[in-house]
Amino acid sequence: VSTPAPPRPTKDAPKRECEVAIIGGGIMGLGIAYECAKRGLDDIVVLERGYMAEGASGRNGGGVRMQWSTKTNIQLMLRSIEICRSFASEMGINVWLRQGGYLFLARDASERPAMEANIALQNKLGVPTRLLTPSEARAIVPELDVERFDCAAYNPRDGVLFPWPFLWGYANRAIELGVELHLHTAVTAIEPAEDGGYHLTTSKGTVRAERIVNAAGAWSPEVARLVGLELPNRPHRHEILSTEPLKPFLKPMVSVLSTGLYFSQSMRGEIVCGINLPDDDDGTVKMGSRLLFLTRLAEELVALAPRLGGVKVLRQWAGPYDITPDHAPIIGEAPGLEGFYLACGFMGHGFMMAPIIARLYGELLTGGKRAKIFDRWKLDRFAEGGLEVESMILG
Amino acid sequence: MTKAKSRRKVIVCRCEDVTLADVEHSIELGYAELEEVKRYTGLGTGPCQGKECMALCASVIAATSDVKPTPFTSRPPVSPIALGVLARGTAQLDDTDTTPPLGSVAIPEVK
Repeated sequence: VSTPAPPRPTKDAPKRECEVAIIGGGIMGLGIAYECAKRGLDDIVVLERGYMAEGASGRNGGGVRMQWSTKTNIQLMLRSIEICRSFASEMGINVWLRQGGYLFLARDASERPAMEANIALQNKLGVPTRLLTPSEARAIVPELDVERFDCAAYNPRDGVLFPWPFLWGYANRAIELGVELHLHTAVTAIEPAEDGGYHLTTSKGTVRAERIVNAAGAWSPEVARLVGLELPNRPHRHEILSTEPLKPFLKPMVSVLSTGLYFSQSMRGEIVCGINLPDDDDGTVKMGSRLLFLTRLAEELVALAPRLGGVKVLRQWAGPYDITPDHAPIIGEAPGLEGFYLACGFMGHGFMMAPIIARLYGELLTGGKRAKIFDRWKLDRFAEGGLEVESMILG
Repeated sequence: MTKAKSRRKVIVCRCEDVTLADVEHSIELGYAELEEVKRYTGLGTGPCQGKECMALCASVIAATSDVKPTPFTSRPPVSPIALGVLARGTAQLDDTDTTPPLGSVAIPEVK
């Protein structure tokens, strides 16, 4: 076999000083590291507490979509999917992107006006979403019971990808460009330095960084508390399962807006599906699996697509959503903490948003363009009020 | 040392047809933790969820690298269950129910 060995994370102690320390080796942290290094800022240390893809970046369903209800999210996701499409050639790794579309189902007529309004906005911004009747939707997914929904929104350009190689791609190229990546390296304390910057204490030694990016996802409130900053985001357990692999038959990701049910077929042939479930949301990250999830999901899925009743569940797992009060992320510099940046609160959509957010962050941190999104999604907004709420939140 | 050809015939993960050569290749590339071999090769992601192959893979890692193998979680359910069976379960089952799924062996009642 002639595959060249990819660059790997170092096992040594991190260097003592760096320009930027990124906390969190998930898609957001690695993406930001790569986009900065590509622009010449390569004096970066990425600190990941666990193994690569241990958090939500390695546990999500891999959906990427342009169907959103706000202009901001639609425009960002248009650009993110553009990056996904060229990712394989730019990064030299196959991420198995398959643009089979997303088919959103509205349970009853009361959901139709909102769906129509979203489609109109998406069309205006260049997304080719169409409103379908149940029988038109059934022509795309013949397994659907047409009695179970009123209408559907279909964008053939949405898609699904395989999350792990996406992380490897960012990590490999970032390391090649000079970034240090440390796995199994926890940050246990952060102290502001007297002459600016920060001292970080890690399980493998100390690092002094001029700037810090908190990209720890569901763990970001814990990281922020190390510098005395209280964030409004909270972790929420989201469960998901994979079935036995089947011959490819399912083209789009199918999702029911009212329950948060979604299912798609991966390139391995497995049906990957999840549903929204309440949890106690007590501020701690929980990743245990529940029987309640299996039964609740199966009940909804088999009612909607009865033929799937014979398909066996192979494995279930959970990952942490990172939830904010207004369903929008938190990015940019934290008020009162010069050089302490946030990239968190992505509501379970961090993976699909990471390609564009990482690029905009790369521009910001290298002294380039400061995208407007850094004003819209700044932390201060929670104190200032006037929030815009995204309604199309699910897996 | 077994020859390369025969290493491709030694199966480590029967569910996903992962061979000894596949596991060694993953380790060579640096994906040497059990969690990484699982993600790079698909080992342990089939019907047994690692219950048959994980120890074998760990022994290959221990023998050929400096990584100390840490087990990954063998995902539930214990054995594959049809969605149709689970769909009938909400009324009867909750998180505290210990009734085994259809097809599994019933746990004898302790008196």
